Amino acid sequence: MLKQLISDIKASMSIYDSREDESYGLLAEFADPGALYHAAHGVRKSGYRRYDTYSPFPVHGMDKAMGMGNSKVGYFTLAGGIFGFVLAYWLQWWTGLVDYPINASGKPFFSIEPSVPILFELTMLFAAFATVSGMFYLNGLPRLYNPLFYSKDFRRVTDDAFFILISSSDSKFDAKKTASFLTELGAVSIEEIHDHGSADGL
Amino acid sequence: MNTANTDIATGNYVEFHEDEPLVQGNLSFHEITELVSYHTEKKTPPAWWGAFGVASTLLLVLVVMVAYMTWNGVGVWGLNNPVGWGFAIVNFVFWVGIGHAGTLISAILFLFRQQWRTAINRSAEAMTLFAVMCALLFPTIHVGRVWFIYWSLPYPNQMAMWPQFKSPLVWDAFAVSVYFMVSAMFWYVGLVPDLATLRDRATKKLRQKVFGLMAMGWTGANRHWRNYEKSYLLLAALATPLVLSVHSVVSFDFAVSIVPGWHSTIFPPYFVSGAIFSGFAMVLTLMIVARTVFGLQNIITVNHLEKMNLIILVTGSIVGFAYITEFFISWYSGVPYEQYAASNRAFGPYAWAYWIMMSCNVVFPQFFWFKRLRRSIPFMFVIAILVNVGMWFERFVIVVISLHRDYLPSAWDYYTPTLVDILTLVGSFGLFFTFFLLFLRFFPMVALSEVKAVLPQSNPHFYDHSGDGQVVDHDLAVNGGEIN
Repeated sequence: MLKQLISDIKASMSIYDSREDESYGLLAEFADPGALYHAAHGVRKSGYRRYDTYSPFPVHGMDKAMGMGNSKVGYFTLAGGIFGFVLAYWLQWWTGLVDYPINASGKPFFSIEPSVPILFELTMLFAAFATVSGMFYLNGLPRLYNPLFYSKDFRRVTDDAFFILISSSDSKFDAKKTASFLTELGAVSIEEIHDHGSADGL
Repeated sequence: MNTANTDIATGNYVEFHEDEPLVQGNLSFHEITELVSYHTEKKTPPAWWGAFGVASTLLLVLVVMVAYMTWNGVGVWGLNNPVGWGFAIVNFVFWVGIGHAGTLISAILFLFRQQWRTAINRSAEAMTLFAVMCALLFPTIHVGRVWFIYWSLPYPNQMAMWPQFKSPLVWDAFAVSVYFMVSAMFWYVGLVPDLATLRDRATKKLRQKVFGLMAMGWTGANRHWRNYEKSYLLLAALATPLVLSVHSVVSFDFAVSIVPGWHSTIFPPYFVSGAIFSGFAMVLTLMIVARTVFGLQNIITVNHLEKMNLIILVTGSIVGFAYITEFFISWYSGVPYEQYAASNRAFGPYAWAYWIMMSCNVVFPQFFWFKRLRRSIPFMFVIAILVNVGMWFERFVIVVISLHRDYLPSAWDYYTPTLVDILTLVGSFGLFFTFFLLFLRFFPMVALSEVKAVLPQSNPHFYDHSGDGQVVDHDLAVNGGEIN
């Protein structure tokens, strides 16, 4: 049960379990973003869930084709912003009024108006921190080892190549059937990816 | 959608409005990767070494000057009563201002869906980082006892003291350092996919490992792009008010005081528009050189430069309007000190500085009303340099002229910078250019994934109409590249 949950969370980060026989999945290359888009839609429609598309830039409309909802990064931003605001409020109130009250030209020890700049700055700072770290967390990064890096072709993914990976941990996965299905969708080439583990333990 | 220049109903020839493509020369995805990555992979050219030699020599000058000042105290600068804020604060405001253009391009233009920003945002953001580093240096050394600079930050200490949060100087320390950190994060997040490109292209083991570490294992998975794009949007939404706040807070350093010429509510918007004005001039200066040296004329096109010139024209006019408003309000206020401060700027002993500022910031950018001039590269280069000079003098005018004659005529004096002052300013350019040259050498200076994403062939529906995408039908580019 717990194992399944962890596996699902990892799948949402595009990290898939490999099988006993080191099979990680089938990597199919497509010619262009249009072909990738339609193929992703086809993969989704035929019931696969553990798959991902890879492209050098975000392909417009791909989230919809893959049936994915809104990203959850915003919750991290909100939490970070609230934390920063509360911290800045508490910092200025506690140091000014409680721990180190000092009379500066008869001004109140603590009031909202002169506190606004720092309330604003710290809200922004922690919201930004939370956004960036939340994004990396949701993506499961840093992940220096990835079975996909064994593929020579996959190196072009950050240049001009477009791929779909169907993980062998998908319940519908069948090496032969999935491969012919991908060919039907218009894959230019198909490669089986093996998870040999990392040589240097990363 | 229309794909031909013939109206089907009438059979007449119809002239469609056709936007020039953002990227020229019909470049493919791969050609863009090559064009940009090549400069980080080739053998270091002698010209780079030459430029780097000059920049790092100037950096050395800065280090020596700062060390000399730290040893002897701020007395080695031209500071004295009544001018207690001289070159250091002028330089600080100047460099913070330069930084603003980078954030404007990366955040505000992103929110406004200005796709032309993708050609210049990476290097403009890098410029922001290095400019803010220069800016942070000056208040740090200006405190005199550099080794106590951390007292400006709130931390529990044995003295049982806390910073005074009602002081604009503390706001400033927060605003500029928060700005630096957020800009650095924004820059890095944008860089990750391109670092992965360099990792995947690397042939040497060490290079693979270094870029592999920095790219954090980026694969371009759509499950990643989804979170990535959202976080980029959120960072842009956070950085937009932040960039407007930073120079507002810097202007509070002046506006919250009672010095005539400083005590003014116009300062925040006036400082922010001046910052964007000077920042764009600096981006323009750097980009004109970089696009020629690196052969990126197809990516950073004359259209991009023209758009930057338009922003310079707009913000320059806002700044000019602010100068005139200051004059009017000082007269209208009926306060003799304010009136004197205004006339002393234009006709006092520092009138030369004032008129340098007026001509460089208000008069010269007006030439950009002419399309031919704002598309002429040598002309815009000269104007950009003049604007940089003018904006430095604006800060000089604000800081020095206001201070040198305030309420008490017996305390009036004429401020003259020392050689140390001047060499420190020159040295700060060394710091800036050393980092910028290192950036150009080792990192992709154009945001690859973003430029690719604004090409028409990045749209998946592009291929619905033009077959397999191998042949690009020129007529498809009509109506602003909208294919649907």
